Amino acid sequence: MNYVIIGNSVAAVGAVEGIRKQDKTTPIIIISDEPYHAYSRPLISYYLGRQVTQESIYYRTEDFYRVNRVELILGIKAQQVDFDRKEVILQDGRRINYTKLLIATGGKPLIPPLEGIDKQNVFNFSKFDDVKNIEKVATEGSKAIVVGASFSGLKAVEALVQRGVKVTVIDIMDRIMPRVFDEAASQMALKTLEKYGVEILLKSTVQKILGDKTACGILLQDGRELFCDFIILAMGIRCNTDLVKDTKININRGIIVDNKMRTNVPDVYAAGDVAEGYNFIEQRNTEIPIIPNAYKQGETAGENMAGADKIFDKGFVMNSMPLFDLSIVSAGVSAPGEGINIKTIYDQGKNIYKKFYIKNNRLVGYLLINDIDRAGIYTDLIRRKVDISSFENKLGKEGFGFISLPKELRKHIILEG
Amino acid sequence: MDNFNAAAQNRIYTKEEVCVGCRLCEIYCIAAHSEYRHDLIKTFKKLPKRPLPRIIVEEDRPVSFGLQCRHCDEPECVKACITGAMQKDAKTGIVINDTKRCIGCWTCILACPYGVIKRDYDNKKVASKCDLCIESNIEPACVKNCPNEALYIKPNLKVGIRSTQ
Repeated sequence: MNYVIIGNSVAAVGAVEGIRKQDKTTPIIIISDEPYHAYSRPLISYYLGRQVTQESIYYRTEDFYRVNRVELILGIKAQQVDFDRKEVILQDGRRINYTKLLIATGGKPLIPPLEGIDKQNVFNFSKFDDVKNIEKVATEGSKAIVVGASFSGLKAVEALVQRGVKVTVIDIMDRIMPRVFDEAASQMALKTLEKYGVEILLKSTVQKILGDKTACGILLQDGRELFCDFIILAMGIRCNTDLVKDTKININRGIIVDNKMRTNVPDVYAAGDVAEGYNFIEQRNTEIPIIPNAYKQGETAGENMAGADKIFDKGFVMNSMPLFDLSIVSAGVSAPGEGINIKTIYDQGKNIYKKFYIKNNRLVGYLLINDIDRAGIYTDLIRRKVDISSFENKLGKEGFGFISLPKELRKHIILEG
Repeated sequence: MDNFNAAAQNRIYTKEEVCVGCRLCEIYCIAAHSEYRHDLIKTFKKLPKRPLPRIIVEEDRPVSFGLQCRHCDEPECVKACITGAMQKDAKTGIVINDTKRCIGCWTCILACPYGVIKRDYDNKKVASKCDLCIESNIEPACVKNCPNEALYIKPNLKVGIRSTQ
């Protein structure tokens, strides 16, 4: 009897902790093509910006694997899974038998078929090795182009600015972080980026990457040429399902799992960015590529692999993102839709923006910029599906808290747990 | 390993009917987490930068109450933390933020259902929260110094249940 986990990031760590809640002794094997102790992917931008050292990007303490009795097979890719013989086949030909298997292979960067994309000094921004390569060329005074004004693209921008790099950001959309931001929020962030000397080109499409062997710039579709020393591509992340493509495992965008993180193949589970689990707000399976979800899916998978009967059906997207001196948090719905009422508070003087998405008297999403304190209360109103009609007018007001709730509801929430 | 899923033994609760809104809990919390520990006068006279109070007092006259971390059995902040800085101590069950590893991304603030984690910009830009006064090894200062017993400690029943298993 053993547990095998393919992948060594947040979902894998969650699974180890989940398994060990139920089963202290059965061996656990972790297989990953990356040679590192489990690290936090979002911290690569903090590492690049010299805000943290290599030691502090690790997601758990040094003794994590020893304490939890995990055997590591690192730096070797899992090539294939033989579901009939219950074996994972490694790149070097080894076959690892499993009793219960977790696939936690995460995401992979979306790489468009652009001319010149194979040139040197064109980087992705998702793994530790990416930033280890970027830091060699991101010297003070150098010039970079970041393609994609996404969450991770903008964290790359911030890190480069912290290193004294001159940055231009290109995005095809008419605003930045289009999934979360509306026009007003985008304008606030644009102002901040401009204050830090970042040049932003929206509604701009990359035609090709210029340069000989090494990239030296970008040709836009409108004919403009931009020159730089290196390029970072941050156009999004896809579920990394390569390992199980064209097998009997059910895949949509990600590996489809039920509320217990089981795939359609017996004894095979999936969790984290590779999985497509139940989205509590959308009420269907979707990918939910955020750390809190990866941890909870991993933990649920681990407990169930070890014989428990746990359900996780409360996943939804939520993000917190400090960007220079802006604090941005969002959760749940972030776009207008049928039956959704939107309530907006914009205080230009204080540079505060708040937006609430309400459906059938329930809060289903929010965006807060700068005044983010106590945001978790809103998140919990979403989770609990609380009827907010009696205090809807108080959402986002200064001093909002449990005091704004009807006494009975307040007591119910703060006197439990 | 036996305490892997340890629950905090005690939780602090509030009685809004008797809270007078004096905010002494905040004052004593600040002192308890300052370098002068429980010396109010030195804390407030000598320190140019004082710690943040780790209790939140909500007030809308005549109602007021204090609120702090519940050290949840299934802590949302720990599961959401992107660095691993926020951890539930296996022995005590107390949820503690390792300020050396915290980078101030505020994901815990987004996740905490009680809204009791604060941004501490003065102290290295990290998240600040109640630690049940574990470092000073005394009864939590807010409870001890509440003049009207509006804050009280209740043993976490789950601890008892677990120990009988």
